[in-house]
Amino acid sequence: MTLLCRMLNLRVTYHRQASAALDLSALDITAGERLAVIGESGSGKTTLARALAGLLPETARCEGEIRWTSEMPPQPGRDLGFVFQDPSSSLNPVLTVGEQVAEGARQHLNLSWSQAFRHARDLVASVGIPDPDSALNAYPHQFSGGQRQRIAIAAALSARPSILVADEITSALDMVVQAQLVALLDELVRQAAMTLIFVTHDIALASGLADRLVILKDGRLVECGATAQVLERPQSDYTRALIASHRTLSSRSLLPGSAE
Amino acid sequence: MTLLAVSSLTKRYVSGTRPVTALDDVSLTLDRGQTLGLAGVSGSGKSTLARILLRLMPADGGMVRFEADDWLSLSGRDLRRRRARMQMVFQDVLGAFNPRATVGSVLDDPLRIHSPLKERDRRTEIAALLDRVGLQAALATRSIRDVSGGQRQRVAIARAIATRPSLIVLDEAVSALDVSVRETILRLLVELQQERGIAYLFISHDLAVLRAVSHRIAVMDAGRIVECGPAGDVIERPRSDAARSLVAAVPRLVIRG
Repeated sequence: MTLLCRMLNLRVTYHRQASAALDLSALDITAGERLAVIGESGSGKTTLARALAGLLPETARCEGEIRWTSEMPPQPGRDLGFVFQDPSSSLNPVLTVGEQVAEGARQHLNLSWSQAFRHARDLVASVGIPDPDSALNAYPHQFSGGQRQRIAIAAALSARPSILVADEITSALDMVVQAQLVALLDELVRQAAMTLIFVTHDIALASGLADRLVILKDGRLVECGATAQVLERPQSDYTRALIASHRTLSSRSLLPGSAE
Repeated sequence: MTLLAVSSLTKRYVSGTRPVTALDDVSLTLDRGQTLGLAGVSGSGKSTLARILLRLMPADGGMVRFEADDWLSLSGRDLRRRRARMQMVFQDVLGAFNPRATVGSVLDDPLRIHSPLKERDRRTEIAALLDRVGLQAALATRSIRDVSGGQRQRVAIARAIATRPSLIVLDEAVSALDVSVRETILRLLVELQQERGIAYLFISHDLAVLRAVSHRIAVMDAGRIVECGPAGDVIERPRSDAARSLVAAVPRLVIRG
């Protein structure tokens, strides 16, 4: 197991906010692992993802350190791909799908535009967009929400990054599309042996995908451990409550007199 | 006793140049005090059905009987008066309010329109409504923007029950909430139903949420109702492909070796 990065006393405070959005004493990420970052609103999970990706706003104050084992911190777009929650705002509406997916490869893989477009075609096909040749010439609004998120994944993978950060990528989508996207992500990450940082509010969704879970609450790390260990023997009351309040199909009905 | 009977409801529209049948011969019934869960993927027609029932958009064909009324032919004063009986709670709680409104004014509006109460009595009623949904009366003076998402959804529920409706249409009403908040809102809705005999049409793409609150579940796919039955049956023995894929899509807590 090779260490990818170590966060030490990492403290992020947004502009004009009194308290820190994230306050982590220590967290390691191992190269090639699938780490799920789980928390409710205001837990700091998106801040953690953005701090790792170097995508915090300039006005945010960041103390402590993120020590990467590579010589340079990973460059977003090249070494690290980022998929955002809402593909309608992360994709550029006036550029074709082909231009957006090819861009990373052209920039960072030293490909010509025509080579980059061939690469983009393969990526668009690999994320399951039907008829990839015509998809390259289409615009984001011509696709459904689920397809747009597939395109955003293709764009994030364009420069063959070794790290992929996925921040609540399914929360704007229905559950059937969510299941398809998670299966796709699982396959892509496995094929390319990428490190995956999967940010979600849904502990069950994370449990199907991640090797290790980090639970955050109010900017602080509540618990961290192997997925099975956290689910079977949660150490904190908060994690226990999070697991207990998760509804599955076999959870009891709330209706009085239901015989379950 | 049947509260709502929808028969052969149809809605078509044009998206770009492509004709879409959003609702295709939809029929369903809902009894007083019961919850019908309406499941389906995005674009299956759930929200179109909700909007037509709430008279926010017209139907192209079909009929709705609600209480004693031929609901879709009501208009003008009759419709305004009868709207008190069918209320709504939507997902986008901030978008559902005037952003400049205070919590109190959000609750005062329906009372002013639909109840005979004078101003002072309305203030007492607002405090009672807030209390009933688990909020403090002092919240009435706060801006709707300054309260948390969970509190805002409680205000939306208080607004919906203010007119003493017999039916509330809930469209993805808990989908945007954190799981712990979601659970308390679901419990509140079930309590209010027991206490006031309100029926719910509860729309969600999440079958685990529908299982918690629904007596029966209907599944929509491409504008049609493809399956309808007792909640447990639809979830444990889904018969349609649409229901099977919704069941399969609910994330399970997986403990991997």
